[in-house]
Amino acid sequence: MTTILTPELSARWDEPDSFTLAGYKRAGGYRALPRALSMQPDQVIQTLKDSALRGRGGAGFPTGVKWGFIPQGDGKPHYLVVNADESEPGACKDIPTLLNNPHALIEGIVIAAYAIRADKAFIYVRGEVLHVARRLQLAVTEAMDGGYLGDNILDSGFSLDVVVHSGAGAYICGEETALLDSLEGLRGQPRLKPPFPAVAGLYACPTVVNNVESIASVPYIMEYGAPQFARFGTEKSKGFGLFSLSGHVTTPGQYEAPLGTTLRELLDLAGGIRAGHRLKFWTPGGSSTPLFTEQHLDVPLDFESVAAAGSMLGTRSVQLFDETTCVVRVVLRWCEFYQHESCGKCTPCREGSYWVVQLLDALERGEGSEADLDKLLDICDNITGRAFCALGDSIQAPVASSIKYFRDEYIEHQRLGGCPFDPAASTLFAMESAR
Amino acid sequence: MALSEQARARLAPRAAEIIGRYPRARSALLPLLHLVQSEEGCVSADGIEYCAEQLGLTEADVTGVVSFYTMYRRRPAGEYNVGVCTTALCAVMGGDAIFADLKDHLGVGNGETTPDGKVTLEHIECNAACDYAPVLMVNWEFFDNMTPQSARDLVDDLRTGADVKPTRGAPRLCTWKQASAILAGYPDDQAAGGQTAGGPTLAGLRIAKEQGWRPNGDGAVGAGDGAAGGAQ
Repeated sequence: MTTILTPELSARWDEPDSFTLAGYKRAGGYRALPRALSMQPDQVIQTLKDSALRGRGGAGFPTGVKWGFIPQGDGKPHYLVVNADESEPGACKDIPTLLNNPHALIEGIVIAAYAIRADKAFIYVRGEVLHVARRLQLAVTEAMDGGYLGDNILDSGFSLDVVVHSGAGAYICGEETALLDSLEGLRGQPRLKPPFPAVAGLYACPTVVNNVESIASVPYIMEYGAPQFARFGTEKSKGFGLFSLSGHVTTPGQYEAPLGTTLRELLDLAGGIRAGHRLKFWTPGGSSTPLFTEQHLDVPLDFESVAAAGSMLGTRSVQLFDETTCVVRVVLRWCEFYQHESCGKCTPCREGSYWVVQLLDALERGEGSEADLDKLLDICDNITGRAFCALGDSIQAPVASSIKYFRDEYIEHQRLGGCPFDPAASTLFAMESAR
Repeated sequence: MALSEQARARLAPRAAEIIGRYPRARSALLPLLHLVQSEEGCVSADGIEYCAEQLGLTEADVTGVVSFYTMYRRRPAGEYNVGVCTTALCAVMGGDAIFADLKDHLGVGNGETTPDGKVTLEHIECNAACDYAPVLMVNWEFFDNMTPQSARDLVDDLRTGADVKPTRGAPRLCTWKQASAILAGYPDDQAAGGQTAGGPTLAGLRIAKEQGWRPNGDGAVGAGDGAAGGAQ
């Protein structure tokens, strides 16, 4: 049988001490670090460029290129900031990585900081998962004691200090410039770009902001080489990553696979949609990515193919909904999320999210009209591209795609004067009692 | 609520250490607010004044930050913060039903606390555990795959002081104040304990192990196999 799954970050999650320094080293951990430290920093950056690793936080920007943007010899401090603020609805890959394999991140941080000539790194982790804070603090302490962090790491002359910084509940801080403002002790609101963080990031100094999974992938690339990593995936989307399946699937969970794997392949492994039901709609990469339906089962889940099919790969957060689910309700709830999380800095997002929720709420209760659908699309058009950051744009994704594929279902709500679905039929307990 | 002289004395060494972590003092504001919350259970006007003094900011500056973030409480609340995820996927999978049932069972609304001071109930946004939906958090520890009945049992246990273990996370629940101290950077002794890899976390790994799939360069996957993995 053809290889479908490629567990690397997740390879040892079933070992009881996988999160410890000893457990990580037993499996070959911290072997990549001395190799990287024996190279010139620019060689490390070139290796990342050669691997063609693209950012795993959703945007897919090439990681090595991002590192290469950091100016050298500029006399300013440089900073590495890890974005561990995983909060996108559907995204649940970084939390298990941090809980079960934090040293892959730490090793990646040291290599990345060495490459961009930073002597200070921050892990900005969302505050709402307490055990992740504990595990990261433990990993940093163990790495310090083991000589992998701190002064003169492995006698290389390179020193690095890592601070674990817990956020305080704000989705917007996953946006890299809002994260930097938050890390500076401000309200987490996005900055106008340019300048990009590589030029003026933390404290207006050159800064790389990378997702957890991007940085945790670095030790593998340094140990086995860029060509080995680039063997996986598709032409422009190299390597592998975690696909997170959730919702009405028989076996939800984390599936680490090459980019370009299809949902049909993943669902075959995950036992398909829950028994007796069929797929209605799904997100390829979290709530900010336009919905797909059954007709997209064979779209290769890489950056280009998903975009060509009208959505975005995002964070590979595959949320699956079967035919018992009201799409209007789901879209309303996502938009309520965006309304709640809009930071309020720019008018289109702050006001637009409010009006979108009002309209969707009326539509879901069967009190809207067909003309409201056009009004929704119009409002979304007026948000997208007119806000500082992508949060505003995200509102359009579920709204426009759901109207595109399920316009009749919106209209049916108005015809019946209410929602035609029984919410109890969609629950996990309905699934369990049917077993 | 006022910060007593004793409380200020307790906070002082930690506040200094937190500020010392950062190249610029203001970066210490979020952890300082977690620290104040670990003392008071919330961030009071006194707590705001304290942080402003430490960092040379105005109270208005600090208040602006406190009010932006949802994890800072502005008034005293329960020992256990019970958050039910009601973002879309958890809502559909049962979060809406659980939240409605708990409001009824506890006789409190969103953000309200039971009269015994034990449980504050709120609905929360996506907590990055969608593969365990529907999810409920108590003091930011995971309670996975909940049902209305298991949620009722859980809050009853919290109120009677029975032993409660998170599904994934620390071996034992800590209080709201203790949790805030951890977020400020002062861990308890539980980092190495607890079950953190449940069924969904291991779903893909289990299949890969059965099949002998591994992407590592030591050769566990044949040279041709890996490349065939993607849709080339």
